[in-house]
Amino acid sequence: MAFTFAAFCYMLALLLTAALIFFAIWHIIAFDELKTDYKNPIDQCNTLNPLVLPEYLIHAFFCVMFLCAAEWLTLGLNMPLLAYHIWRYMSRPVMSGPGLYDPTTIMNADILAYCQKEGWCKLAFYLLAFFYYLYG
Amino acid sequence: MQVPSGYGLHHQNYIAPSGHYSQGPGKMTSLPLDTQCGDYYSALYTVPTQNVTPNTVNQQPGAQQLYSRGPPAPHIVGSTLGSFQGAASSASHLHTSASQPYSSFVNHYNSPAMYSASSSVASQGFPSTCGHYAMSTVSNAAYPSVSYPSLPAGDTYGQMFTSQNAPTVRPVKDNSFSGQNTAISHPSPLPPLPSQQHHQQQSLSGYSTLTWSSPGLPSTQDNLIRNHTGSLAVANNNPTITGVDSSSTTSSASPMPNSYDALEGGSYPDMLSSSASSPAPDPAPEPDPASAPAPASAPAPVVPQPSKMAKPFGYGYPTLQPGYQNATAPLISGVQPSNPVYSGFQQYPQYPGVNQLSSSIGGLSLQSSPQPESLRPVNLTQERNILPMTPVWAPVPNLNADLKKLNCSPDSFRCTLTNIPQTQALLNKAKLPLGLLLHPFRDLTQLPVITSNTIVRCRSCRTYINPFVSFIDQRRWKCNLCYRVNDVPEEFMYNPLTRSYGEPHKRPEVQNSTVEFIASSDYMLRPPQPAVYLFVLDVSHNAVEAGYLTILCQSLLENLDKLPGDSRTRIGFMTFDSTIHFYNLQEGLSQPQMLIVSDIDDVFLPTPDSLLVNLYESKELIKDLLNALPNMFTNTRETHSALGPALQAAFKLMSPTGGRVSVFQTQLPSLGAGLLQSREDPNQRSSTKVVQHLGPATDFYKKLALDCSGQQTAVDLFLLSSQYSDLASLACMSKYSAGCIYYYPSFHYTHNPSQAEKLQKDLKRYLTRKIGFEAVMRIRCTKGLSMHTFHGNFFVRSTDLLSLANINPDAGFAVQLSIEESLTDTSLVCFQTALLYTSSKGERRIRVHTLCLPVVSSLADVYAGVDVQAAICLLANMAVDRSVSSSLSDARDALVNAVVDSLSAYGSTVSNLQHSALMAPSSLKLFPLYVLALLKQKAFRTGTSTRLDDRVYAMCQIKSQPLVHLMKMIHPNLYRIDRLTDEGAVHVNDRIVPQPPLQKLSAEKLTREGAFLMDCGSVFYIWVGKGCDNNFIEDVLGYTNFASIPQKMTHLPELDTLSSERARSFITWLRDSRPLSPILHIVKDESPAKAEFFQHLIEDRTEAAFSYYEFLLHVQQQICK
Repeated sequence: MAFTFAAFCYMLALLLTAALIFFAIWHIIAFDELKTDYKNPIDQCNTLNPLVLPEYLIHAFFCVMFLCAAEWLTLGLNMPLLAYHIWRYMSRPVMSGPGLYDPTTIMNADILAYCQKEGWCKLAFYLLAFFYYLYG
Repeated sequence: MQVPSGYGLHHQNYIAPSGHYSQGPGKMTSLPLDTQCGDYYSALYTVPTQNVTPNTVNQQPGAQQLYSRGPPAPHIVGSTLGSFQGAASSASHLHTSASQPYSSFVNHYNSPAMYSASSSVASQGFPSTCGHYAMSTVSNAAYPSVSYPSLPAGDTYGQMFTSQNAPTVRPVKDNSFSGQNTAISHPSPLPPLPSQQHHQQQSLSGYSTLTWSSPGLPSTQDNLIRNHTGSLAVANNNPTITGVDSSSTTSSASPMPNSYDALEGGSYPDMLSSSASSPAPDPAPEPDPASAPAPASAPAPVVPQPSKMAKPFGYGYPTLQPGYQNATAPLISGVQPSNPVYSGFQQYPQYPGVNQLSSSIGGLSLQSSPQPESLRPVNLTQERNILPMTPVWAPVPNLNADLKKLNCSPDSFRCTLTNIPQTQALLNKAKLPLGLLLHPFRDLTQLPVITSNTIVRCRSCRTYINPFVSFIDQRRWKCNLCYRVNDVPEEFMYNPLTRSYGEPHKRPEVQNSTVEFIASSDYMLRPPQPAVYLFVLDVSHNAVEAGYLTILCQSLLENLDKLPGDSRTRIGFMTFDSTIHFYNLQEGLSQPQMLIVSDIDDVFLPTPDSLLVNLYESKELIKDLLNALPNMFTNTRETHSALGPALQAAFKLMSPTGGRVSVFQTQLPSLGAGLLQSREDPNQRSSTKVVQHLGPATDFYKKLALDCSGQQTAVDLFLLSSQYSDLASLACMSKYSAGCIYYYPSFHYTHNPSQAEKLQKDLKRYLTRKIGFEAVMRIRCTKGLSMHTFHGNFFVRSTDLLSLANINPDAGFAVQLSIEESLTDTSLVCFQTALLYTSSKGERRIRVHTLCLPVVSSLADVYAGVDVQAAICLLANMAVDRSVSSSLSDARDALVNAVVDSLSAYGSTVSNLQHSALMAPSSLKLFPLYVLALLKQKAFRTGTSTRLDDRVYAMCQIKSQPLVHLMKMIHPNLYRIDRLTDEGAVHVNDRIVPQPPLQKLSAEKLTREGAFLMDCGSVFYIWVGKGCDNNFIEDVLGYTNFASIPQKMTHLPELDTLSSERARSFITWLRDSRPLSPILHIVKDESPAKAEFFQHLIEDRTEAAFSYYEFLLHVQQQICK
């Protein structure tokens, strides 16, 4: 395969997905710490919240790249996650700063379980995507 | 000199919040103000401030230099005052003595390294307190005019501390240093044998003989409670309780120090190292007639309890006192006169083996009764009078008799299912909510207080030892929550009550499911904080119009001496409109100084150290201020309200110590950070579709609350407004900082006298009730169960830990539980809440409640054990969450579905009766009625015009009220009171209280010929029918006929007739059962206020809502679908 724009997109996406995998792992660890009482929810939210938008933006960025490269299949695979991100950020609690997590509700068992599940699902998605981009 | 160094330390601590003013506290605004105008009230407010403060503020960088160049001695302020002749020097003395103890605290706050170092030596805080004494010694030398009775103590202990090695410090401290632990003393009247035992025992644990010598000559003090530390205790009896700063004035001013001393743990004069002070504990729920003791387990007669009526000084264990009096003079209280000290314990059967057996017996008793009353099927549509005639009691868990006796009172601790299902699957099948309803800090009439060197806890899950553990043998006990086997400490082997050795299962911890421990310094992160109260008052035009200041100041003046606290208690005032006003109340000033900060974008504290002052040292100034405040702003034209900046300032002021901030607000905040816009659309008030804006508009108040909570500060909100004030946003400041919320819609001191009266009464309770500071509450439960969601006002710090900056006796909590693992291998589950708090006297205490419940495996048993009231309260809490996070209609649907699901689950699995009828087990028969009541409650109703703030306030109340009050809010009690008889009456305090039957909440029960009393928790209505008997009107209401009764009547006159006496004693009895005294409205049949009364008749049909019967049909329809 010649070194086209599409190939460049895939390489870039590969690197960025690696970064996103780290984000997801960080996310999972953070919520696990919350669940096992190691961390104060306020601190934890303060560390997690600034990371939410970068993650979403990185993902949106290479979605746009794939759009430009007219890689419709890849874009199609990424669309659900993009839509989910947009929905998730639209329905966030009332907050002045960026981010998603509210220290007063985060300890609710439902929300905590949801966030953990979300972390694992994203990790799986990014891992699959990583190998897809690697061989794609 | 002491002052600068003290302040230096102090200010290191202050640097974070109040940036620049580290060196010259207090000079900036007060100086120009006071030199310019001698007359403070009139001139200060208008003329100079606007000129002066903005200047200084805007030049902050420059100003900072200016201040830092200034001389650091703080009493410069004082000496520049014109009105302050000659007193400056003495003022500076007092000034230092006031702030000195605090600065020595700050010392510890500031040097965590030092603190942790000292605690790592296992020295139990002794070094820190020792440090205080070192400091006070110095200051005492410097200011000989202040009497310091604790001086010798400081010396002694300083030496003792240095002369002993680390492990010995702890008993020393517990014994003789902190005077309140008198019970641990080494009193003379010991019989020789135990004393020797004890001595050996103690020396095992590192007790040095030095301690024995230091208590000194105890042999003369026979029955006295403070019998331990000889000369030392006598010398500083009060000072050691109250803390370090002990000038002679404060010690005399602190309320009933001696009895407090007695209360704390001295009831057993002949008790050894671990004294449990449980005065005549009755195993049954206490004979408190009002608080609904479970009938089956309450054989105790309703004993007249004189002390129950006595309002303690905000810090009371009222009937502890009789118990203690028992110890000294057995005939005084008459509660258990026969065997004064521990007669209560002897009522227990001697069952040494019960704890070993308990876990195997617990669940068995259920099988013995094949068809319990609670399972009797009830056909709801046919049962016309579903509501019982008497109040509904909490069901008693189906345990064996011994455990029943030991179990926690349902007033403090209730579970929605008194039979815990074995698995989550079974719970899901039952379709019932599982959760706990807590009222942990309730005012108790009796509470065993345990002073012990070691608080026995499980080594792995940290559960406190409780009545439901099992003793494997003399030396080991098995935790009932995690099943770990623990060793029984040596000290625990000795039972102070029977003075015998080797009976750990008879210790008070194991005999009472509600106990309080006095905690050692292991349980402190810092020295216990003093009681600190800050009042933040709205003085904008709106507030002055409403006139609440008069009532507040009057209340404060009356209750100033009753504020809970010790001699360290501090108090401060702030007012705000578009600017923020601080009040310098530093002792030595001739009159209070007002300091105005008009820079609301960057709030700072003008004189950080003189705004919160010692209550006793500056009492005159505080009184002056309170007398002047109501009239200071009468001519104000300022309509704006800068609540956000004022709160930020309050946070800065409180953050070094923590404490309580009481905010009085009368309108929508309109300036600075946290400003809000009106979000209510009056046309939508009665909408049946969407109710918006139940959540906060901004997270400013939430963030502020979290910051406050982190600094152990709670914010209590009093909202007295006539228009929409966005309570949904404002309430956040209290919700997450563990405060409380009071709302007085359309408050006006003359136009709305009933609200004014309510405020007055609420304030009285609010100011004088008990308070706990820097509290945390942990809820533990048997392995397999876990906490799902918490409801109430607090911040959840981890999965089972609630951070409560303040805890008050009127706060209730709810917890949803889930069953993570199957409970098949156990027959009992236990729940334990431990509330660790600092009392207003500066003691760390732990109040522990333990509840034990059986586990069942069949669905029928689950239904048999439903506590319908608890379930309704938990559902209400969940519905509030749902309506905020989703929508009100979702919440309403969820409530209806809760009934439909549970009844259909019951119908399909349990009863094999005809499916056409709507059947419910007897335990659940009130469930549909209560849910209907919830749907018609202000919080959840639709279709009826409800102001948004009213709705949000009702939701806040649901979240934070304890169960008993919440139930009255949801389903009021209706009584007919025009024909009260003595039939079935109870006797309380020599009064005969008639017990009229409950009426169902339906207009069909109201006859025109009667008069009815409705008890809605915070308000009483007396509805007088048109054709009401003239005798009643004359004898009870004091008017000749129906027509002459006025429209607004809020009191029953004291008439000397039998029916008046009966009515009044009944109402008083109802009133006494709750902390907030409700106001009484007398509603005539034809008055417009009638609607208020009729909206509570929830069984009737309204335009927008079902009647009870229709609701049942609706449910039945849903089930059949």
